[in-house]
Amino acid sequence: MMYQKGEMVPTRNAYGQALIELGEQTEDVVVFEADISKSTRTDGFARKFPERFFNIGVAEQNEMAIAAGAAMCGKIPFVSTYAVFASMRACEQIRTFVAYPKLNVNICPSHGGVTSANDGATHQATEDLGIIRTIPGMTVLMPADVVTTRMAVHQAAAMDGPVYIRLTRGGVPVLYDESVDFQIGKAISLQEGKDITLIAIGDMVCKALVAAEELAKEGLDTTVLDMHTIKPIDEEAIVKAAVQTGSIVTVEDHQIYGGLGSAVAEVLVEKHPVAMERIGLKNTFAESGEYEELLNKYGMDVPSIVQAAKRVISRKK
Amino acid sequence: MKTEIEALKQKACQIRRELLKMIHTAKSGHPGGALSAADIVTALYWQVMRIRPEEPDWPDRDRFILSKGHACPVLYTALCLKGYFDREHLGRLRRINSILQGHPDMRKTPGIDSTTGSLGNGLSIGIGMALMGKLDKKDYRVYVMLGCGELDEGMIWEAAMCANKYKLDNLCAVVDYNQLQLDGTVDEVMPLEPLSDKWQAFGWNVLRIDGHDIKIILEAFGKAEETKNAPTVIIADTIKGKGVSYMEDICGWHGKAPSDKELMQALQELEEVDL
Ligand SMILES: Cc1ncc(C[n+]2csc(CCOP(=O)(O)OP(=O)(O)O)c2C)c(N)n1
Repeated sequence: MMYQKGEMVPTRNAYGQALIELGEQTEDVVVFEADISKSTRTDGFARKFPERFFNIGVAEQNEMAIAAGAAMCGKIPFVSTYAVFASMRACEQIRTFVAYPKLNVNICPSHGGVTSANDGATHQATEDLGIIRTIPGMTVLMPADVVTTRMAVHQAAAMDGPVYIRLTRGGVPVLYDESVDFQIGKAISLQEGKDITLIAIGDMVCKALVAAEELAKEGLDTTVLDMHTIKPIDEEAIVKAAVQTGSIVTVEDHQIYGGLGSAVAEVLVEKHPVAMERIGLKNTFAESGEYEELLNKYGMDVPSIVQAAKRVISRKK
Repeated sequence: MKTEIEALKQKACQIRRELLKMIHTAKSGHPGGALSAADIVTALYWQVMRIRPEEPDWPDRDRFILSKGHACPVLYTALCLKGYFDREHLGRLRRINSILQGHPDMRKTPGIDSTTGSLGNGLSIGIGMALMGKLDKKDYRVYVMLGCGELDEGMIWEAAMCANKYKLDNLCAVVDYNQLQLDGTVDEVMPLEPLSDKWQAFGWNVLRIDGHDIKIILEAFGKAEETKNAPTVIIADTIKGKGVSYMEDICGWHGKAPSDKELMQALQELEEVDL
C-alpha cells in the first residue's frame, strides 16, 4: 500500500500491513493476539496465515509468556494488545521472561498515549514508555507515521532481542516517503535551526512541526528531531542539538516522567546541560474526550509547545 | 408480584432505549454487552440491592461492580434513572469534562462503587469489599458482573479460589454469558465449557439461569442471599445486543454506535416489545 504525504492514517494500520509482508517472507513469524485483532490490525495476518496466528483471549499475561515460550523455540513472535495492558498487565512477563533471557519477542501494542481518546484513562497508555524503558536490554520506540512504522516493524523482526513498538489508534499525518533513512536508534532531523530544538516522539512529531512553523513566524529558527527510538536513545543527535541551539523542548504523548523527556534530560545532564522543558502529561491522568481536545486541556497542543519554546529560549544563558 | 415484574420489564426496556441514545449521541461505546446485561442490572438496582441514591457513599449499602466496565452505558442509565445524577449528563458520555467516562470512574460518577475497564479485576475488588464487610460485621452484599470473555483473565480464577477460602457468602458474581467476546464467539476465541463445573470445582454455589427473565433473575438473587458459607455465581445465559433485532448475537455490535437510522429502528423495536 502506498501512502500520500499528509494523509491521516493510524500507525496500527502499517503494523498490520508489515505483519502480512513478514508472514510472506518467513515462516518463523508467529502472531499472538488478546481478543482485539480488529483493533490491533492483526486480523489481516490471521486470515492469511491462520496456522501461525494464536488468539489467546483476554489474557495478556498468558499471551506474553506464551510468546516467550515461542521465542525459546526459535520463532519470531509478535505480540498484540493495547499498550496499557502490554506494558502493565504483562509487565513482569516482559521483564523476566522476555528481556532477562534476551528473547526475540516483538511487542507492538496499539492505543499509545491519549490516542485512545474517548475510551478514557483506563485505556490510555501514558506510563508505558517509562516503564518499558527501565527494563534492561529493551528497545523502545514509537514511530511518527505509517511509513516509518512499517520500516520499524521490519527492522524489529530482523533484529535480535526484545522490541516494544508503540502504535496509535487515531490517524496521524504521513510525514515521510519511502526514501526516508529510518534506522532504529537514530533520530531523524526534520529541519535544522539555531534558536531552539523540539525533540518529539510518535504522534507528537507532527505537532512539533506545526509549532516550528509558528515559531518561524516570530522569527525563531527551530530544529525538529523525530526521536522515534527512546531506547537506545540517539545521544549524539541530542548533544549536537544542544550545542547548536542551547535550548530544548521535548514533546511526548505520555507522562513527563520516565519517557522521552526523562531520557533526553538524562543525556543532557551528563553530557551538555542546556535550558529545557518537557511537554506531556504532568502527574495527572487524562480522561475521555476527543484527541485534540485532550491535547489542549492537558497542555500538549501546538500553542503549549510554542509557549514552552519561548520560555526556554528566554532562559538560555 | 406479577405487576412488579411487569414494571421491572418496562424499566429494563426504558434502560435499553436510553443507553442506545447515549451511545448514539457519543458516537462511540459498547451497545452489545450493555444490552445483554440490562435485565440483570435492572433487577439489581430496582429490587435486589439495598441502596440510597441520595447518599451514594452510604457505608452500609450493597455494592455493585461492573467488572466488564465497557458495558457502562447500562449502569450509567440505571444510576441516572435511580436519581444519582441529573439526566443532562447522559448526553455527555465520553465527552471531555464529563462525569461519564468511557469506562466507569468511581471518583467522577456518583453511585459507581469501583473504577473498572481493564478486564479481570472486578472480582478481586469485590472480594476486598466482601472481606471487609465480614471484618466490620456489616451485612451489606457485594455483586460483581463479569463478561464471559473476561473469564479468560487468569486473575478471575485466582479470585475464585480466594472467595472460596474465605467462604464469602456475602459475595455474588454474575457471568453475563452472551457467548460472544470481541473477536468472535467464546468457542472460537477461548472455550469456557464446562463452565458450571469449573466454578463448582472452585467451591462456588452455582446457579445457571435465563438472564433475560426478570422473575428467574430475582429468584436467583434470592437463592444467592440464602446460601451460607459459600460465594454464589449466577451464570446467566444472555444474548448480546438483546432487544434490538439487528444487534442480537452479532459480534460487530460489541463496540460500535448506531447511526441515526439504526437508532430509530432500535427505539421502535423497543417500544413495540410485548411487555
Ligand atoms: C485487560 C483488558 N484487555 C482487553 C480489553 C479490551 N476489551 C474490551 S471488551 C473485550 C471483550 C470482552 O468480552 P466479554 O467479557 O464477553 O464482554 P461482553 O461480550 O459481555 O461485552 C475486550 C477484549 C480490556 N478492556 N481489558
